[in-house]
Amino acid sequence: MDWQGQKVVEQLMQILLVISGVVAVVVGYATESFRTMMLIYAGGVVLATLVTVPNWPFYNRHPLEWLDPSEAEKHPKPQVVAKKRFSKK
Amino acid sequence: MHSFGYRANALLTFAVTILAFICAIASFSDNFSNQTPSAQIQILNINWFQKQPHGNDEVSLTLNITADLQSLFTWNTKQVFAFVAAEYETSKNSLNQVSLWDAIIPEKEEANFWIQISNKYRFIDQGHNLRGKDFNLTLHWHVMPKTGKMFADKIVMSGYRLPNAYR
Repeated sequence: MDWQGQKVVEQLMQILLVISGVVAVVVGYATESFRTMMLIYAGGVVLATLVTVPNWPFYNRHPLEWLDPSEAEKHPKPQVVAKKRFSKK
Repeated sequence: MHSFGYRANALLTFAVTILAFICAIASFSDNFSNQTPSAQIQILNINWFQKQPHGNDEVSLTLNITADLQSLFTWNTKQVFAFVAAEYETSKNSLNQVSLWDAIIPEKEEANFWIQISNKYRFIDQGHNLRGKDFNLTLHWHVMPKTGKMFADKIVMSGYRLPNAYR
């Protein structure tokens, strides 16, 4: 999963869980059924799991572009230069 | 969010946290329920009224308990525990509470009831103070939730009196 995908997944997970919670409470209170609230929330958790936990392809649409090895050889790493000591003024 | 395990853990933790919030909201909603319970208790008969070998008074009553506790049930109620206590004052104790009967009511439909029984638990005094004693019969209830805070209240019914002499 690329960086963009990870960011999307985190936001999606939080939004899906919060919305399941809110819908569960509202519908449960309106129907006076505790069981309904728990079932809706459990369904929401399962949905959030299926959407955000597996590594789906659409989370990999912005892959990192690593430098090609042949290109890397043309630009050698800079050498570390020994530090010069400055005299005190 | 870089691995399967990381995402699964994050989701599970957040889901449990939200579950805690949901349960807190459900419990909080109990504060808004309109509760109008009613009850009546009749003493049909004093079966017997004696002094035990150890010196304590004991009385056996036949009670007729009528109650409508249906309005106590909310969506977040698991069961209602109700009990009837005889309450009176003696020179030794400022308040004596003796539980005479109790019941667990698991469903709203069963909360509108009447029952005629002799006392389920023995009515024994600490001493021999019961002759001619005025006492209250109080119906207490505890509304036990599925999650969260338990509410308790009572109805006090006064005006009961035991006979002046043993029978």
